[in-house]
Amino acid sequence: MGFRVPLHKFPRSTSAFAILAPRDTIPGVSESACAPSSVSAVPAMTVTSRHSALVRVTHWITTLCFLALLVSGVEILISHPRFYWGETGNVLTPPLFKLPIPSSRALVPTGYGYVLPDQNGWSRYLHFQAAWVVVLTGLLYIISSFFTGHLRRNLLPGKGDLSWRAFSNSMVSHLRLQRPSAAEAWSYNLLQRLSYLFVIFVLFPLVIWTGLAMSLAFVSAFPATVTLLGGQQSARTIHFFVSLALVIFLLVHVVMVSLAGFRSRMRAMITGRAGKD
Amino acid sequence: MSDISRRKLITTGLAAAASVTGLGAAARIAQKCGLVPPDHGGLFGLGETLTYASHRLLTKHSLAREFSRSQISKPPFPNEIPPLNDEFKRLQAGGFADWRLTIDGMVARPASFSLDQLKSYPSQSQITMLQCEEGWSYVAEWIGVPLSHVLDVVGVLPQARYVVYFSIDPEWWESIDMADASHPQTFLAYGMNGDVLPVGNGGPLRIRLPRQLGYKSVKFITRLTVTDSLKGLGKGLGSANADAGYAWYAGI
Repeated sequence: MGFRVPLHKFPRSTSAFAILAPRDTIPGVSESACAPSSVSAVPAMTVTSRHSALVRVTHWITTLCFLALLVSGVEILISHPRFYWGETGNVLTPPLFKLPIPSSRALVPTGYGYVLPDQNGWSRYLHFQAAWVVVLTGLLYIISSFFTGHLRRNLLPGKGDLSWRAFSNSMVSHLRLQRPSAAEAWSYNLLQRLSYLFVIFVLFPLVIWTGLAMSLAFVSAFPATVTLLGGQQSARTIHFFVSLALVIFLLVHVVMVSLAGFRSRMRAMITGRAGKD
Repeated sequence: MSDISRRKLITTGLAAAASVTGLGAAARIAQKCGLVPPDHGGLFGLGETLTYASHRLLTKHSLAREFSRSQISKPPFPNEIPPLNDEFKRLQAGGFADWRLTIDGMVARPASFSLDQLKSYPSQSQITMLQCEEGWSYVAEWIGVPLSHVLDVVGVLPQARYVVYFSIDPEWWESIDMADASHPQTFLAYGMNGDVLPVGNGGPLRIRLPRQLGYKSVKFITRLTVTDSLKGLGKGLGSANADAGYAWYAGI
């Protein structure tokens, strides 16, 4: 990438938001040694922060919202654990597939002899509130990522990194569950960058789109949002699969964090400080 | 205290004060413009208000999607209905000849209509989707008279803000704002797929709002009240469903 800015060039006022350590910062050098003496009054850790405050705050808001969306989404789902393709579907029409779980509604034939309690009221309220918060948070993250250079520096792969060789190397080291090198404590690796870009620019937009396409009022104003997906029930089915993909991402993400060192990575995402345990 | 931190403190304080004042003003304007739902309080009020306000701004006049005759679901799915009470059974035995829809509240000419009177008004039909909050859906042709036509007959007063509607089961009531009440696809439906509306689907008279979830389309309608406030009705949240924890606005 060839990106290298002397640390003291960063204006102090923007340090909390804009500064991420350049990805080729030498790890192991103590934080205070990196801080230029002229700004020694500023706590050194904010200067060499692994994750900017904006990244950290949006990360945890997104985490909370995602968990809320997941729990409420499951609750809504069990009131009708059947999926269809096209515009309409109900218990009188053949499903595309059904989940082998009990339902919270008596009219759904599940094969189970009991009906779960109805939790749709608060679940729907929570689902849409969390959706609002996560969409606004995501917008803040994406817009600021353009302006602070977070997107270009930390998410887009470097020119030299985008080769099959680099990709397969990264893939092999992931599949062998190798602990990442010390340098990776300071920057995302190639596979990580590609996964994050996929989640941010493909999965999240898709899950929002398919969610909106299920809204009768929303599609009355923007009918193409549902017809392009093949119908309202198709939107619901795609929403389910994209959510599943996001859950798989979450699980792999947590496994990778644990592999790289759960304590140090958590500390980096909470306080911004990186380094060894 | 250094100059810089004092300046910072003053700017932060001013910014905070301005935000609070701004939010307060925004809330008052939103309330005045009808962008705040009756269930705006509580833990989920923020999300509910954002949804309702944005839908009111984006979808005030938009029309629900209409489908072709070939897309009508066969058979239309009759969802479970509450146990029919004795009053309903008595009216059913008489072929619903004595079924009445009374309209009261903020109207110039309170009135009571028989089904035949409602059917004497210009009949319209729509082929629209009924979608349940549970996830299932069906498409049917709904035949009836637009609610706005009947409201014009009784003369709604200008201060009216909501239309509350009651099922023959007094536990079952809902309400909508005037934007939905005057929407051209909001029907008092008495027919379905070229026939009378079956009891299982809400016959003899059901309100039909194709831009909101099925639970707003209350079955067995016997009374409408036009009002400027939902306070005093149940918990004041606007509907039996909202009292039971479901969102009052069901456009999503």
